[in-house]
Amino acid sequence: MTTAVDTGRKADLPPPAATVGVIGWLRENLFSSWFNTLLTVAAVYLLYVSIPPLMQWALFDAIWTGNEAKDCKLPDGERKDGACWIYVRAWIGGFMYGLYPYDLRWRVDLAGVLVVLMFAPLAIRKLPYKNWYGVAVILLYPLVAYFMFRGFIDFTPDNPLSHTHPWRTVETAKWGGLALTLLIASVGIIASLPLGILLALGRRSHMPIVSTFSVLFIELWRGVPLITVLFMSSVMLPLFLPAGVNFDKLLRALIGVTLFSAAYMAEVVRGGLQAIPKGQYEAAQAIGLNYVRMMALVVLPQALRYVIPSIVNTFIGLFKDTTLVAIIGMFDFLGAVQLGNADPKWLGFTVEGYVFAAAIYFLCCFSMSRYSLHLERKLHTGHKKR
Amino acid sequence: MTASAKPLKSAKSDEVAIQIAGMHKWYGEFHVLKDINLTVYKGERIVVCGPSGSGKSTMIRCINRLEEHQKGSIVVDGVELTNNVKNIDAIRREVGMVFQHFNLFPHLTVLENCTLGPIWVKKMPKKEAEEAAMKYLTRVRIPEQALKYPGQLSGGQQQRVAIARSLCMNPKIMLFDEPTSALDPEMIKEVLDVMVNLAEEGMTMLVVTHEMGFARTVANRIIFMDMGEIVEQNEPKEFFANPKSERTKLFLSQILHH
Repeated sequence: MTTAVDTGRKADLPPPAATVGVIGWLRENLFSSWFNTLLTVAAVYLLYVSIPPLMQWALFDAIWTGNEAKDCKLPDGERKDGACWIYVRAWIGGFMYGLYPYDLRWRVDLAGVLVVLMFAPLAIRKLPYKNWYGVAVILLYPLVAYFMFRGFIDFTPDNPLSHTHPWRTVETAKWGGLALTLLIASVGIIASLPLGILLALGRRSHMPIVSTFSVLFIELWRGVPLITVLFMSSVMLPLFLPAGVNFDKLLRALIGVTLFSAAYMAEVVRGGLQAIPKGQYEAAQAIGLNYVRMMALVVLPQALRYVIPSIVNTFIGLFKDTTLVAIIGMFDFLGAVQLGNADPKWLGFTVEGYVFAAAIYFLCCFSMSRYSLHLERKLHTGHKKR
Repeated sequence: MTASAKPLKSAKSDEVAIQIAGMHKWYGEFHVLKDINLTVYKGERIVVCGPSGSGKSTMIRCINRLEEHQKGSIVVDGVELTNNVKNIDAIRREVGMVFQHFNLFPHLTVLENCTLGPIWVKKMPKKEAEEAAMKYLTRVRIPEQALKYPGQLSGGQQQRVAIARSLCMNPKIMLFDEPTSALDPEMIKEVLDVMVNLAEEGMTMLVVTHEMGFARTVANRIIFMDMGEIVEQNEPKEFFANPKSERTKLFLSQILHH
């Protein structure tokens, strides 16, 4: 078998058995040295100590049936060992919608369904005019969502219809829960990226006024904590505005969050721009592209691809920072959970509330992270041969 | 290095393609280009050589305004290079450029690299641009790579794509800035062959290169630069046989007898 025709070349042999397969993998990765073996044993022990009790509390001992706090308690009033998930079930509406009127919550749901329906076509790979459709949806959807959330039948004391109408207005102070968190985060994310790109380009501009303005803007917003920004927007800004001029608190918070993260985004994008070799600019100029096209078609697609991990990092940070709007009296998701924790009917179940909140935040952030990996792989061209 | 040993037939005409007169350039205090005077006729093939740092790349980069000159004038195809953006755009549409490091756009396929200019600058319909691009890719002998990304090609293939990308803009003049200097030896020939073909078709070419075989067979005129000035220019035969200045003699002895 081994003596093939002599071609003058040495034959390709299979690798030694100990370096391939499950055994090979274990040897190589888990037990390659005494230190590695020690780490493996320590890690397994840590998992053994932490995971089973957690599972016991969250799943096996958990209370899933019942409707009231007493279903989670022993006859003597002490609470049972497992997690009391019926509290979360009872409060789920509050967590999702905050103080939004109970009979109008379907409008928020409708906005949620619409976002899926409107953005779903973008998943089709070869949709004609896909880019235009994407831009149209991103510009149009916020308007649609705004009217869904707010409604359009204004409240007037002498019109009885405006108290009960399914499209009566709900003022922004009543918006809340996970819906509010998603709203602030998505507005912040969608608006801060283009703004950040403009600021990054501005900072690298050869025009001194543009670049000075960009640097000042970026450094100012980056140099101030978000809490300060939110405080300023809700407490101090009205003092500076002329009497009678007042605009919505949520809008002010949205602008604050957006500008704040745009400053961070600008620096992330600038990092990407610096990674683009001068030759790319020269080649683009040599084929006659003007500044805008050179940036839009050659430089930015590459620069943004380089910094996808950092962009998503900023987005995840922004998503979690939205909890700070609690400071200015808005009940976002975390605020709504705290509201539930303070409910006299359900005292003593704060851990369940926070664990639920953590799980939802983790789910959102982890999805963003996975999506970024997917995007990186999809946009990867030719550095590695596939 | 090149295929044929006997010089190509000249397509040179009396019409002026590029006129550089009294051109100077400084990098800060450093005087890189000193009183450059050069007339290039349509269909003429010029090789620019000289030691590194002699300003030869800078000179040809001034012709499509990748570098700005500070004194004197450059007229390309009847249009003077000034700060007027319209003039710069007009000249860049007429002048193609090939770089030492190819500078292909790595996020676009070979075909997209070639159609980017025609679609966005010349406003050509996509289908038409793609057909033209395939024609030029066939001419540089890599039509089968059209849907690959530059990162998947060899250096020689990338440089040929870069030439095709320039040709897609249908330029009247082609500038080559050391097109083979970054290539492995076995890939130099495939790029030079494409350039010889281009020369045979009558393209006006300005080539900065150290490939003296190419200069000998393809060039109508060789320009020798040193310390930012044009020291000597002559037909290839005379240039190699009877260099006039000492600097040229020194340079030739260094590159021909290593």
